[in-house]
Amino acid sequence: MTSAVEFRGVSRHFGSVRAVDGVNLSIAEGSFFAMLGPSGSGKTTCLRLISGFEAPTSGEIRIFGENSGNVPPNRRNVNTVFQDYALFPHMNVRDNVAYGLMVRGVDKRSRHARADEMLALVKLDAYGDRKPGQLSGGQRQRVALARALVNEPKVLLLDEPLGALDLKLREAMQDELKALQRRLGITFVFVTHDQGEALSMADQVAVFANGKVAQVGSPAEIYERPATRFVADFVGSSNVLPPEVSRRFGGPDAWSSLRPEQVRLVTSGGVAAVAGTARYLGAGTRLIAHLDGLADGEVSLILPPGVAAPAPGTAIALEAMPGAIHAMAGTA
Amino acid sequence: MTDLATHPPRGLGDRLTDIFWRRPNLLLLLLLAPPLLWLGVVYLGSLFALLLQSFYSIDEFSGLVVHEFTLKTYLELLRPSNFDVILRTVAMAAAVTVGCVIIAFPIAYYAARYARGKWKAAFYLGAMLPLWSSYLVKVYAWKLILAKEGIITWAAEGIGASAILNAILAIPVIGGNSLSTSYIGTWIVFVYVWIPYMILPMQASLERVPVSMLEASSDLGASAGQTLRSVILPLALPGVIAGSIFTFSLTLGDYIIPQIVGTSRLFIGQAVYTLQGTAGNIPLAAAFAVVPIVVMLVYLAVAKRLGAFDAL
Repeated sequence: MTSAVEFRGVSRHFGSVRAVDGVNLSIAEGSFFAMLGPSGSGKTTCLRLISGFEAPTSGEIRIFGENSGNVPPNRRNVNTVFQDYALFPHMNVRDNVAYGLMVRGVDKRSRHARADEMLALVKLDAYGDRKPGQLSGGQRQRVALARALVNEPKVLLLDEPLGALDLKLREAMQDELKALQRRLGITFVFVTHDQGEALSMADQVAVFANGKVAQVGSPAEIYERPATRFVADFVGSSNVLPPEVSRRFGGPDAWSSLRPEQVRLVTSGGVAAVAGTARYLGAGTRLIAHLDGLADGEVSLILPPGVAAPAPGTAIALEAMPGAIHAMAGTA
Repeated sequence: MTDLATHPPRGLGDRLTDIFWRRPNLLLLLLLAPPLLWLGVVYLGSLFALLLQSFYSIDEFSGLVVHEFTLKTYLELLRPSNFDVILRTVAMAAAVTVGCVIIAFPIAYYAARYARGKWKAAFYLGAMLPLWSSYLVKVYAWKLILAKEGIITWAAEGIGASAILNAILAIPVIGGNSLSTSYIGTWIVFVYVWIPYMILPMQASLERVPVSMLEASSDLGASAGQTLRSVILPLALPGVIAGSIFTFSLTLGDYIIPQIVGTSRLFIGQAVYTLQGTAGNIPLAAAFAVVPIVVMLVYLAVAKRLGAFDAL
């Protein structure tokens, strides 16, 4: 099967800045793909390379097998949902959605009918005559989505699509986007700096760091087996264990990762430690423990709800769940 | 230190602050009163006096103003010789506005989208510079440039383009003996003198169009031309209208440029000048002066109806 999008040794340099540096990626057709990373990691540039707003300095970008390096954005069958939505303020919602059809010369009646269908898809049937300025942030986001989907793109790109929404709306939109993607079967590629969003929505996640891809994998792989220390730190709040700590927990003699929720308190045996500060999180309590006799032996763990955190300074014993410790490449 | 949570006013400053704090509108009133008085009494007052004069008429035998309300003076505007002046002026104002829009757009677009740092400063300087020198100096300079013995004729001869220049001057109505005595010359000078008033508002409105909007247009399949027509121009329209209010009304009222450069036919400003001076026909001069005001009101009403201010 051909990939929807394929990066072959792609680099994009801005002067001396290597925004994207030798990226190889393959995005499967029909997948929901997340590009995750902190700001400046190159994820947005990668998205712009797919849409055509940036051209690679070197390397090749293939969209459904076609090398699209020299094709301008308006001739790519790829559409984007912009971070600021970029709705046209002088057009009503219906004309905004129909824009892609209008520039292709579709007559007014059919393009309006099609725009209304798309608006129904994003549950905004009644809003066709309003101006974008009269809509809430969540509604504008849906209009942007409908507008990008009206051309039936082969790949839909979403640049931090939920960044401007409040928490509740964001969660609702996550489910909705996911459902929409399943229904349409279009390949979605979205950029985000929110690891929760990437893990909960995507089938595949690429973690970016300094213009390079640090790891690609399913959300579970990324979360449970971070390949590098950067991934472990960035995705969630994993414990990064130096080799000697890893050994104490019965893990490999290498820098390893250990998820806080995979560490538990035990009454006998285990690794001796002293309880530090605790922070109540609602769904549990995060406790920092200092391993005996180690300067950098700090481990954080999540106590399940109902378990009271030991007072700071109390002697405790810890245990890592079987198979929870994973060696990582590189380190220190 | 006292035990009080507040302290009594110290001096006049505190007392005034107290008053303003209790009555915020009072401060606003004090700030606005002088300009409002100026605008109300001096400006609107004289405008009203002008309007009043235009409804009077002049006695043909005695040459005295008859202080009785009549529309006779306005009817006189419709006399062919007077109506020609109006048509000529409005046509020139429209042509100047169109010329300014066409020339200003690329400059404003460049400044809004590409110019950064010192290039931006150079743009502002370049756009404003012509406003710094005396208006009369600029107009006379142009008269020399456009004259038959001027640099344009000389340069045209030098590069063997005299035929082109002569062909342009041979165009009926707008051509003439030389550029400095033709409508083309008048138009060139008007465009030159008023163009800063078009560039600046246009640049301001283009600057407010986010790049992502142009990208969205392209992303959705629009060619560069389609993006220009469907997104950039509509969004720049309020700036274009603002600029055209300047270029249009300034041209409608000017009486110096057409007097120095161009044919000797009258424009509204010159008609007003002659009528209220040598001819002593104040009512007709007033009626002429009302014309640009009416034209501008009609122009703005049409612009509003066409949706020019929708993107504001």
